Amino acid sequence: MSAGRRSGLSNRGVWIAILLVSLVLAGVVSFYAASTPDGLTKVSEDQGFARTETTHESDGSPLAGYQTDGVANGRLSGGLAGVAGVLVVLALGSGVMLLVRRRPHGGEADAEADAPDSERV
Amino acid sequence: MHVPNGFLDAPTSVATGVVAAGAIGLALRGARRELDDRTAPMAGLVAAFVFATQMLNFPVGAGTSGHLLGGAIAAVLVGPWTAILCTSVVFVVQALLFADGGITALGTNIDLMGLSTVLVGWCVFRGLQAVMPKRTSLVPVQAGLGAFVSVPVAALLFTALYAVGGTADIPLDKLAAAMVGVHLLIGIGEGIITALAVGSIIAVRPDLVYGARRILRARELEIRPAATSGASS
Repeated sequence: MSAGRRSGLSNRGVWIAILLVSLVLAGVVSFYAASTPDGLTKVSEDQGFARTETTHESDGSPLAGYQTDGVANGRLSGGLAGVAGVLVVLALGSGVMLLVRRRPHGGEADAEADAPDSERV
Repeated sequence: MHVPNGFLDAPTSVATGVVAAGAIGLALRGARRELDDRTAPMAGLVAAFVFATQMLNFPVGAGTSGHLLGGAIAAVLVGPWTAILCTSVVFVVQALLFADGGITALGTNIDLMGLSTVLVGWCVFRGLQAVMPKRTSLVPVQAGLGAFVSVPVAALLFTALYAVGGTADIPLDKLAAAMVGVHLLIGIGEGIITALAVGSIIAVRPDLVYGARRILRARELEIRPAATSGASS
């Protein structure tokens, strides 16, 4: 795949960059996100069906509402929740991908998918 | 666009849950063809990135806001089957840990914000790719347009679900107009963020972008017989 490469950035370099960007967005930038109601919430208020919303089963979660339980500082509370979320999603997402790749059967698909490995840098 | 508990009745929520489970089942098989040693680590990271950007509500007009849904960007970066898995992971974590999007509405949210934006985003993206010049520099534009279209379509789909199983008796034409109106604006944000993010990766490692590989492969095949023409980029 050398034709596709325009820089010396390695696979690992790109992966770390995406992770860092995600952590900064969720951990820091999220504090500055708009706090006005989201599109559907606003429409439900305007159209008069917001009242049909019922309680959430996870309201007691320590991270409910993207805030960390027991952390008073809003910036820290939201930031921690964001970082925790990114890491949990990364772990769960990567786990699913590992499972998908590991499942036996379908050897022909594996052979095809593994072909580019020889070109890895 | 996270649907809370209570907006849709139980039969509709069960039906959307069945659709979501079926889609995830198919995606678990389909993703095998998309995942190799380079894309598998990308997939987990793309899920994390989508989660992060969903925390970033941007203002759209009067007193409302929106955030990235992420199906289109995930599909272009890691492939549509894998994207269904990525977005589903995000919605599961949001519902279970962050109380964002009801648990009885989890299937609805996976269908609306994941499945539908992946399908629409990917189809628009591939359609544009088929008719536009085969250049990797166009991939971010095509991805952005796919992302833009996917958001109002998801809003329409919500309206359709509400028509079937909404728990309040409200005029559906007004609901459709309000949903599509605000989500056209959110779609613009979705398109811009998608184009910028895909563009950043295309700029350094286009081969890591699933949606660009077809073009890269075609180019490699073309270059060899005519190596002197200097056709690169």
